[in-house]
Amino acid sequence: MSQTSRYRVSHLAALEAESIFIMREVVAELERPVLLFSGGKDSIVMLRLAEKAFAPARIPFPVMHVDTGHNFPEVLEYRDRRVAHLGLQLVVASVPEALEAGLVREPADGTRNRIQTPVLLSAVEKYRFDALFGGARRDEEKARAKERVFSFRDDFGQWDPKNQRPELWSLYNGRHHPGESIRVFPLSNWTELDVWHYIAAEGLALPEIYYAHEREVVERDGMLYGVNEFFAARADETPFVETVRYRTVGDASCTAAVRSVADTVEKVIEEVAATRITERGATRGDDRVSEAAMEDRKREGYF
Amino acid sequence: MTAPVLEPRTMDLLRFATAGSVDDGKSTLIGRLLYDTKSLFTDQLAAVEAVSLARGDEYTNLALLTDGLRAEREQGITIDVAYRYFATPRRKFIIADTPGHIQYTRNMVTGASTADLALILVDARKGLVEQSRRHAFLCSLLRVPHVVLCVNKMDLVDWSQEVYERIADEFTSFAAKLEAPDLTVIPISALHGDNIVSRSEKTPWYEGPSLLHHLEHVHIASDRNLVDVRFPVQYVIRPQSTTITDYRGYAGQVASGVLKPGDEVMVLPSGFTSRIAAIETADGPVTEAYPPMSVTVRLEDEIDISRGDMICRPHNAPSVGQDIEAMVCWMDETRPLTVGGKYAVKHTTRAARAVVRGLQYRLDVNSLHRDESATQLTLNEIGRIRIRTTLPLLADEYRRNRTTGGFILIDETTNRTVGAAMIIETA
Repeated sequence: MSQTSRYRVSHLAALEAESIFIMREVVAELERPVLLFSGGKDSIVMLRLAEKAFAPARIPFPVMHVDTGHNFPEVLEYRDRRVAHLGLQLVVASVPEALEAGLVREPADGTRNRIQTPVLLSAVEKYRFDALFGGARRDEEKARAKERVFSFRDDFGQWDPKNQRPELWSLYNGRHHPGESIRVFPLSNWTELDVWHYIAAEGLALPEIYYAHEREVVERDGMLYGVNEFFAARADETPFVETVRYRTVGDASCTAAVRSVADTVEKVIEEVAATRITERGATRGDDRVSEAAMEDRKREGYF
Repeated sequence: MTAPVLEPRTMDLLRFATAGSVDDGKSTLIGRLLYDTKSLFTDQLAAVEAVSLARGDEYTNLALLTDGLRAEREQGITIDVAYRYFATPRRKFIIADTPGHIQYTRNMVTGASTADLALILVDARKGLVEQSRRHAFLCSLLRVPHVVLCVNKMDLVDWSQEVYERIADEFTSFAAKLEAPDLTVIPISALHGDNIVSRSEKTPWYEGPSLLHHLEHVHIASDRNLVDVRFPVQYVIRPQSTTITDYRGYAGQVASGVLKPGDEVMVLPSGFTSRIAAIETADGPVTEAYPPMSVTVRLEDEIDISRGDMICRPHNAPSVGQDIEAMVCWMDETRPLTVGGKYAVKHTTRAARAVVRGLQYRLDVNSLHRDESATQLTLNEIGRIRIRTTLPLLADEYRRNRTTGGFILIDETTNRTVGAAMIIETA
């Protein structure tokens, strides 16, 4: 074997090593990290990386779920199972509770994406978290393509895209004043396909809705929405049964499914490799509002 | 080309930086690479087409793909580094797309700091311009191991071999002065796709590879330093557990060299020696560790080691010193670097404070002229400085080791990263 083929590192191994390095930096340099765990595939991968980064010790931080109250039951069940298995503390930042307390008001259109932000920020304040791991990836969206791995947020949790810290080599700058915080994105350099390859390589279990299943749906704005307690068909819409899977998992009132027969991880990989539409474009009603919908939400403190 | 069938077990990773402005056709080139490798999505393309149409652009402006921020689209400029991704069956690519103008030198330095390869574009009609020389200089300063010069818009000079060779010769002789490492020059038309994915019929006189072929095959494995063992200790793992007792592991990412169980090692700055008892990962022990692996090293002896220490070999150690000479690129728009200025330093996993003892010269990044009368460095300026640190840094020359030879300066009041420095020597 030649020297170089002997010391080769696959792209997936390189990505894993980078993410583990990032997570260890945070734990070494910041005081109160928390990992945002939604039960979605990216946060599942992130949690697995955290497990690997600190083994054989336990993950040295709690996880937080920003709960819009519009959940897919399979995902909530998965969340609780996984958290219990790892022996972690789970903090739930609850939108329904915030609505009841009057912290936020229900938007007219019923989608709670935007009101998640104040709920998240108030939990950060309450628990004095200074570092928040998020599963966002730069390939997801063009505002995210400009995000740092260590993304500084001011007292109000706001992102200032024009005033970001330069990020050189692997020297991440997590310094901040009390009240400020750092959002950390260990999966910055991963693509949707990398995430799926990793899920296959690690044999990670996912909530069932990521794989093809039959579901009652309606077609709206060219997307297939599952009919559930948070999403009702309008009078002019006729629900029908379709074989679908979820490519992303978010708020059940605004996350769409895609037509798919991919019922195994291998078939999903094939499908993702061949698709010509981005995952957010295919499944998120909330990103279609404007050219800069994501940038605007991020400025307010969204992930 | 059909959608790539990816081979995750055999694919490796190449990071490359691009520098240039819209005028050079850089965005067209990136758009072309993404499009031809099926990495551009129809909804992204549709969004860009819609915006181009609304703005009255005469053609679909692929720059809109990378200019993700509202201010960038409004002003038609690229402000920041944008990261783009594509893959072929051989490799996954990460592009750090940086703006080319001089006011964005810090962005290019940032993009180049992690790059295996830099792609510099010139317009065949214009030949080398000030900007091309500056880009080449910054690549050599940041020690990017491979440089590709794309002579673009060859269609507009009738695919002239003479034009191509004149530019290639001029660039090659300029690069030689910079100790630029591996240099490749490719004649292309980004707009028409010539010599991008496959060799073009328009350039029968050109015997080199297409751009994508070169990106896929350029040999990067040996760019890593596999000789000097450097393992900066990042975090000490000590499980608080009743089942795992007395466990002490030193977690970190291998900066360079190859570590094996049984190796005699020295820990800096203490100088204590021990042997590697085991190298562990969550997937089990490994028989060797090399860059960029993240592992946990256990030693045979119990010695006091903490974050910021470095594991190396007794006869091959970095220098341990508090007086550092370095080239620095200044990145702060609010306050200049001045002699006497105090900053926080982050070097590998080590944190210290530093005072600037001297500014030998400021370098003109276009002419490479050294101005020894300079008294400060402002945003985007590069100069040679001498600093004194509160703690010894465990450092190598940057030219020998990009990980243990680079550090950042942080303003202690604003906490902003204000300088990127490359070590020339330590004492």
